[in-house]
Amino acid sequence: MGKVLILTKRKKPGDWARFLLTWAAGFITVAVLLYLVIFIMVKGIPHIKPSLFAFTYTPENQSLFPALVTTVLMVGFTLAVAVPFGVSTAVYLVEYASRGSRLVRVIRTTTETLAGIPSIVYGLFGYIFFCDLLGWGKSILAGCFTLAVMVLPIIIRTTEESLKSIPDAYREGSFGLGAGRLRTVFRVILPCAAPGIFAGVILAIGRIVGETAALLYTIGSVIQLPENLFSQGRTLALHVYNLAAEGLYNDQAYATAVVLLAVVFGINLLAARVERKFIRAVS
Amino acid sequence: MRGVFFTAALASVLAVALICVFLFAQGLPPMLKIGVLDFLTGQRWRPTAAEPSFGILPMILGSVYITGGAVILGVPVGILTAIFMAEMCPKPVYRFLKPAISLMAGVPSVIYGFFGMMVLVPAIFEVFGKRFDMMSGNSMLAASILLAIMILPTVISIAETNIRAVPRELYEGAVALGASHERAVFKVMVPAARSGVLAAVVLGIGRAIGETMAVRMVAGNQTVMRMPYEFFSGTRTLTSNIILEMGYVERGSLHFGAIVATGAVLFVFILGINLLFSVLNQDIEKKRNKKGAG
Repeated sequence: MGKVLILTKRKKPGDWARFLLTWAAGFITVAVLLYLVIFIMVKGIPHIKPSLFAFTYTPENQSLFPALVTTVLMVGFTLAVAVPFGVSTAVYLVEYASRGSRLVRVIRTTTETLAGIPSIVYGLFGYIFFCDLLGWGKSILAGCFTLAVMVLPIIIRTTEESLKSIPDAYREGSFGLGAGRLRTVFRVILPCAAPGIFAGVILAIGRIVGETAALLYTIGSVIQLPENLFSQGRTLALHVYNLAAEGLYNDQAYATAVVLLAVVFGINLLAARVERKFIRAVS
Repeated sequence: MRGVFFTAALASVLAVALICVFLFAQGLPPMLKIGVLDFLTGQRWRPTAAEPSFGILPMILGSVYITGGAVILGVPVGILTAIFMAEMCPKPVYRFLKPAISLMAGVPSVIYGFFGMMVLVPAIFEVFGKRFDMMSGNSMLAASILLAIMILPTVISIAETNIRAVPRELYEGAVALGASHERAVFKVMVPAARSGVLAAVVLGIGRAIGETMAVRMVAGNQTVMRMPYEFFSGTRTLTSNIILEMGYVERGSLHFGAIVATGAVLFVFILGINLLFSVLNQDIEKKRNKKGAG
């Protein structure tokens, strides 16, 4: 549609300026992104060596293995806390609560508020509440709970969206066959919405993997394989931060950054794919 | 079962309540002890001196200036890119651009910070170092440029969505009246999406004020009072003040209280921005509903 018009209408100088401006902006955006990614790749990939993945960390190899294990643990436990709460909240909001009630508004406002809070404030809160008041100290457990609060709004929002996109006919059909509300939720609604919820969970994983500010003072920055939930640890992102801040191991910092980028990109691509599939399945 | 879901739904309410209670319960008393005015408008931050002073005005201004710089540099590019994506770019370009920008949103801030340390900071020193007598490239300018890059995906995706949501009839009407494609887009479509574009900018500001790690890695972190024309010297923001001081603070001291109070001030800033964002969003919804009814 636009194309035909471009061909038929002659551009005035002002139009050319607008045309070029938008193209230039698009170009700048892409150029910056590509430059960042390629720069990190070029500097980092040559330094990805087997020693970087050695089982035990030594100052010589700067192995990222303990950080990788800690990251996986963090993702697992954070989701174990956040997903049940997040999904239940969304189920309550969409399936149970009467729409537009005051309580629903309060929950929605607080969820939005949580989504806007910067991660450093979560870090400060986690330190005061989980580490200090509950006496967990700097530990993986405290880090998990801090991040669980942080990703809660992501999970609530995506689950809510996917529950809303399930046609009412499904619910009516289920009720018509004699199922109660609970059975409808667990047998019909949640299975149908699963891919959408899953996409949200993957987004949350991306956030957990990339987080640093909320974790620096809640899980500490000790490099070790975690022994239990009360051990201190260091995730991949924190490892990159520490390497960069120390400035002694720039090669390893680049290489670790490449690994982190690869993980995050992989997670994002997966989320996009799952979401596309879900949209196709629903419509 | 309804009760179980209901209880779980209260988790987010509880979380916000706890965050507020603890930030203010532990932040307000120290602020009162220091003196609210002395705290907010004090120009000296010397937490460990024999006669300590806790003034966070340099950090408040640091946050404001750095964010302002990021908005000046990033928002025009972001909005123009959004217009490009919504109205100008050929389909194959869009198919590449859209996922690229969502990937950009997913890049962790520590990677942006590292990139800034390794590329931006030396480059700034190279270009401006001699002329402005810089000690290093770590500066407000570096932080502003980096944040401008980091808010791009937020600004772009929200502005694009809102420009796309403008009814097509407006465009067609403009073209039927003889406007060229570009003119119709810039004079009709974008103004019609005004509150949506503004919402994108506000969310970008929120992201910039709240960013910690990337800023801490490139801004230099000096606690000296800076004027906006000193864009080439280092400064500290509210966020980086928290992350830097937490490293060596003595728990339970007035110093710790002052850090929590810094967090509380940051929190109030963010709440204000969120409020503005939701007001703009309500405006967008209202317009949309009116169109639906008419």
